[in-house]
Amino acid sequence: MSAVTSTPSRTQSNPPSRPRRFRKSRQNSAGVALLAPFGIGFLLFVIVPLVYAIYESFFHSVTNGLGFGPAKVTFDGLVNYIHVVTSGTFGQGVLHILLFGIINVPLTLGLALILALLLDMKTTPFRGFFRLIYFLPYAIPGVVGAILWSFLYEPQLSPYTHILASMGAGRVNFLSTQMILWSLVNIVTWEWTGYNMLIMTASLNAIPQDQFEAARVDGCGRFREAWFIKIPQLVPALIMTGVFSIIGTLQLFNEPFVLHAITDTVSSNYTPNMYAYTEAFTANNYYYAAAISVFLAIVTVILSFGFLRIVQRRSGL
Amino acid sequence: MSTNAVSDTSRSLHGRGTLAGDGGNKNPRRSRHPVILSGGERPLSPWQRTGLLAVLFLMGLYFLLPVWWLLVSSTKNSGELFSSFGFWFGNHVNFMENLRQLFSYDNDVFMRWIVNTLLYAGVGAAIATLFAAAAGYTFAKFDFFGKRLAFSLVLGGMMIPVTALALPLYLTFNSIHATNTYWSVFLPSLVSPFGVYLARIYASTGVPNELLDAARIDGAREWRVFTSVGLRLMGPSLVTIMLFQFVTIWNNFFLPLVMLSNDRLYPVTLGLYQLDSVSTYGGAPPDVFGMLVMGVLISVVPLIVAFLLLQRFWRGGVSAGGLQ
Repeated sequence: MSAVTSTPSRTQSNPPSRPRRFRKSRQNSAGVALLAPFGIGFLLFVIVPLVYAIYESFFHSVTNGLGFGPAKVTFDGLVNYIHVVTSGTFGQGVLHILLFGIINVPLTLGLALILALLLDMKTTPFRGFFRLIYFLPYAIPGVVGAILWSFLYEPQLSPYTHILASMGAGRVNFLSTQMILWSLVNIVTWEWTGYNMLIMTASLNAIPQDQFEAARVDGCGRFREAWFIKIPQLVPALIMTGVFSIIGTLQLFNEPFVLHAITDTVSSNYTPNMYAYTEAFTANNYYYAAAISVFLAIVTVILSFGFLRIVQRRSGL
Repeated sequence: MSTNAVSDTSRSLHGRGTLAGDGGNKNPRRSRHPVILSGGERPLSPWQRTGLLAVLFLMGLYFLLPVWWLLVSSTKNSGELFSSFGFWFGNHVNFMENLRQLFSYDNDVFMRWIVNTLLYAGVGAAIATLFAAAAGYTFAKFDFFGKRLAFSLVLGGMMIPVTALALPLYLTFNSIHATNTYWSVFLPSLVSPFGVYLARIYASTGVPNELLDAARIDGAREWRVFTSVGLRLMGPSLVTIMLFQFVTIWNNFFLPLVMLSNDRLYPVTLGLYQLDSVSTYGGAPPDVFGMLVMGVLISVVPLIVAFLLLQRFWRGGVSAGGLQ
């Protein structure tokens, strides 16, 4: 109880909002202990695997003679990487995700932007209701969403094919070579538009109201208000969602992988990540797969580094 | 003695504490009660209003129809799935039969998948949240050597997508012959750099230093200060971290795909994928479809319900991730 009676004298002497210097040594050892569970996990399951994959990517497995006996592993330097970069299969995968990204990123973000702006107007009816519905697909795991859409694409099963046929468009096959890219884009757009919309909504809510008052006094209409006040303030959110979408595109795997199971139009090497998977588990070529994986990760990190700097500058952390 | 004093302090300050704890969620709060200005927007003309509603409604259809198809289809048998119109019910109600088939398939393996998913994503997210909270709290409230570098590493880790880590993780676990185990999927899920990032923000805005000092003067050890003051004030925001980590684990299909070959260890996503690829349209026994549709429905509904119930928490996370 003596501890309680000593409380009146507390904290007054400390200047507010300074980093703690109180009983420093004990505090520091406690800090290390609190950081340890995450820190060890981060080391073992992020740093170590990355370093190990980089190490592996420098090797090459050679089978002796006719392939009997244990394979010999030799150090190869950057040879695997040269193979990756010059590989036609990898190039084709890159082409696929490039095309996919060029269509998907502007489509998803454009749609998200329009919906965020429409739902930001106070005169729009049922705003909360619509916002919830648009966000709903995000709650569905990517693979499950892809399986769901694979039903809706299957020619014999698809109600969309049915509706289009009854409208005189003929029997559209969403899994055909001409349509497959759009079908993939559709799955990802469906899953992510609502999420991106919410990020933009959060940004819109942060705009001070007096800016609109001033604009209205000057006779600013809805479109000019959106164009001159709202969109410029959304630029950081647009950059962020853009970088996330590009990362997602580079790493595209789940959706084409699921469609690959039901149609030959999507090959087993359709995206770079699928190529890495196939090399590792069909060709058993771990070293080469490691090189693909590391190369992809490096490209991804370089692209997102710009975003990192934006985050640091904005939050001051 | 000292424990008494701590609980005393935290109780007496609890009223103030909950207010401060809401600091991290300030933005979404404001969004739900927008300021309506008297001289605000002009009202929409009837034409504008109808046009706007039509656009919003059509977009709603786009997002909702697949889920509606799923609901309707779960009531059909496999024959009617193909023969009747997809967006409306068939003549027979086969819901219970599909359910029975699904859960009795392959020695009740679907129940195993559900339990596994709860283990990987549920327990995994809960522990990951505790780890992230402790780490974020440390970053916010302590000074130590190499702090800036350590936090840069965390931010860097945030940028590495889980798909990019799956294959390196497989190679690492393979080198110690630990693939195809529960641990190979569970352990990597305990690491959430995004959670640490959020927790640091919540701890620095929602946990006042004065309260920590008060507890220290009352004789509490740092561990007690963290659990009884830090964790308590971070409380509501921890739900946000947990929700996001749950979704991350539940969405991470690549990791279990490469790690697991024993289908008794699968999470629901991988199990459904396996069912889907087994059913390779046309060749498979037709009754697989009714079962598979039911499986997809069951894996979708709980999370939708959870999201509806926990709206204010994910909004907090989205705005923190988007703004801070």
